[in-house]
Amino acid sequence: MAESLLSLDDLAVHFKVGNALAGGIKTLKAVDGVTLDVKPGECLGLVGESGCGKSTLALAIMGLLPPTRGTMNVDGQQISGATPPDRMKMARTVQMVFQDPYASLNPRQTVRRTLADPLRLHGITDKEEVEARVIDMMAKVGLRPEQADRYPHEFSGGQRQRIGIARALILKPKLVLCDEPVSALDVSIRAQIINLLLELKDEMGLAYIMISHDLGVVEHVSDRVAVMYLGRIVEQGGWQEIFENPRHPYTRALIAAIPDPFHRAAISADAKARGEIASALNPPPGCHFNPRCPLKTDICTAEYPAFGEVSPGHRAACHFRERTQ
Amino acid sequence: MTTPLLKVENLRIALAGDGVTYDAVENVSFEIGRGEAFGLVGESGCGKSITALSVMGLLRRPLSLAGGKIILDGEEIQNVSAAEMRRLRGKRIAMIFQEPMTALNPLSPVGRQIAEMFVLHQGANWNEAMDRAEDALRQVRVPSPERRIKDYPHQLSGGMRQRVMIAIALACGPDLLVADEPTTALDVTVQAEIIDLMAELCAAKGTAVLMISHDLGLVANMCQRVAVMYAGRIVESQVADAIFATPTHPYTQGLIDSLPRLGERARRGRQKLREISGVVPSIANYPSGCRFNPRCPAVTDVCRTIVPEATPLPADGLVRCHHHG
Repeated sequence: MAESLLSLDDLAVHFKVGNALAGGIKTLKAVDGVTLDVKPGECLGLVGESGCGKSTLALAIMGLLPPTRGTMNVDGQQISGATPPDRMKMARTVQMVFQDPYASLNPRQTVRRTLADPLRLHGITDKEEVEARVIDMMAKVGLRPEQADRYPHEFSGGQRQRIGIARALILKPKLVLCDEPVSALDVSIRAQIINLLLELKDEMGLAYIMISHDLGVVEHVSDRVAVMYLGRIVEQGGWQEIFENPRHPYTRALIAAIPDPFHRAAISADAKARGEIASALNPPPGCHFNPRCPLKTDICTAEYPAFGEVSPGHRAACHFRERTQ
Repeated sequence: MTTPLLKVENLRIALAGDGVTYDAVENVSFEIGRGEAFGLVGESGCGKSITALSVMGLLRRPLSLAGGKIILDGEEIQNVSAAEMRRLRGKRIAMIFQEPMTALNPLSPVGRQIAEMFVLHQGANWNEAMDRAEDALRQVRVPSPERRIKDYPHQLSGGMRQRVMIAIALACGPDLLVADEPTTALDVTVQAEIIDLMAELCAAKGTAVLMISHDLGLVANMCQRVAVMYAGRIVESQVADAIFATPTHPYTQGLIDSLPRLGERARRGRQKLREISGVVPSIANYPSGCRFNPRCPAVTDVCRTIVPEATPLPADGLVRCHHHG
């Protein structure tokens, strides 16, 4: 078995919110015991609705939020609440591509500066080498060398996302977190960026964590998929198992919710989830999904289900994971 | 054929820039029958939202109506007075916006915002109107409506706010509901619920829908007929099922092919996504001839100079392409 590039063991990130005088301080369990691993060159899809803790998890993996509990191992670097990461080393290992290419680039820096700064900060000071790597990186993401002295506003959304990808890859990281990399782009541009990400993954041997709510994209790019709900992973498995044989009712609800004109008849009404995600401040007792679940019985409000194995590598946190419908 | 509920004829919307006027929407025509759901699909900037605003009589500077007719139930409404338009809006035609937080009044309880409709349009007194507002909330399946009518918008979740918007829009039983990206700000499972709710209520009340979206799949699920817009023009319009089975315009074909489809990878393995090359042109430099020509795989000389005429397709469909079929 290949060594993991990233492994999370019971990782939790909690926030204290509220005011001691007004209503009391509460604990918001944004991420609550996530165990995951990503191998080199692998793409892990991470799906879930807003408020499920995806972004907090991403920030924790980037080393930007200290874990409240649990440990994280990033390419040999052990990180926990007590042992903060070496930021410079982290930056050479894990990078991020953000959702909004309009907000995530510095409007007052040229492309060249945006790409060259990380190199200089990490000790590559030879002007010719910096220049060569900047131009090489731009070519890899499909930008022309003469565009290096332009500012972000001179580019279209798709090109800006190319700059964002170039910035993430310039230090040759091993793991790239892609947080909804195409959802802010025009529909006709999305395929270009998805193809580019996949090409670069093969070319540079990258591992990805692809955070997205678009299950079509996740199915297309992922090797394995993890489904998150209220701070916990509720189902995890190979892409084919998750999409062809989902065992958690929440996964089924997500799949059923996709407006797919090609399989309209296949959507069964009882697969749909009712209502909305509960607040992470006050998760329902037992299985967090129970208020919305079509399979709910008494045990679901009493006990949080074990994250049990369905088949090797495929796990689901549901009392009824043996049911296929 | 009976008179359609809404007929838009050769609509032209002008955008005034610095000393120049651009045509933001050109020669757009479509019809919506009573109780029919019609979808208008396109990317950001293609003119779909301003087409919707023009139907509502809500175009404001720098946009203005530069030509064409908007006929509601046999009567031209494009030139009626502001006062007359106010009487139509809410009563005969109503609109749901993309972001319910900014569309609702943050300083007024939601019950009052619904009740206002009955007071303004049906001359109800406030007590009676508040009772009816509670019923309206119940109809859009807001839990415990008797308490919720006193809530302010910020106390509700995104999905609940959109339900309130729907309640307001449908309060007076309009003939036509204009829905501009009604679920774009929502999570997928909530989106599925809201779309089901809209479809069900509109079917029950016989309300016609003009649905605006960038999501072809979503529109095809909800609507009987779909028109695809590109750079201010309708390039293709067909029955919803037919547009997926036999997309005729290269842009429509590109859109359908470029998105990863659920289940596709399991059936055929991972294929490289088909890209639409290039970017959406900006309004200041729309290409001459067919506006899709710089991105079109089938482009020839005639495409660069001559604007393609509409060619009829079966079942009242049309396509604007020199090389269709």
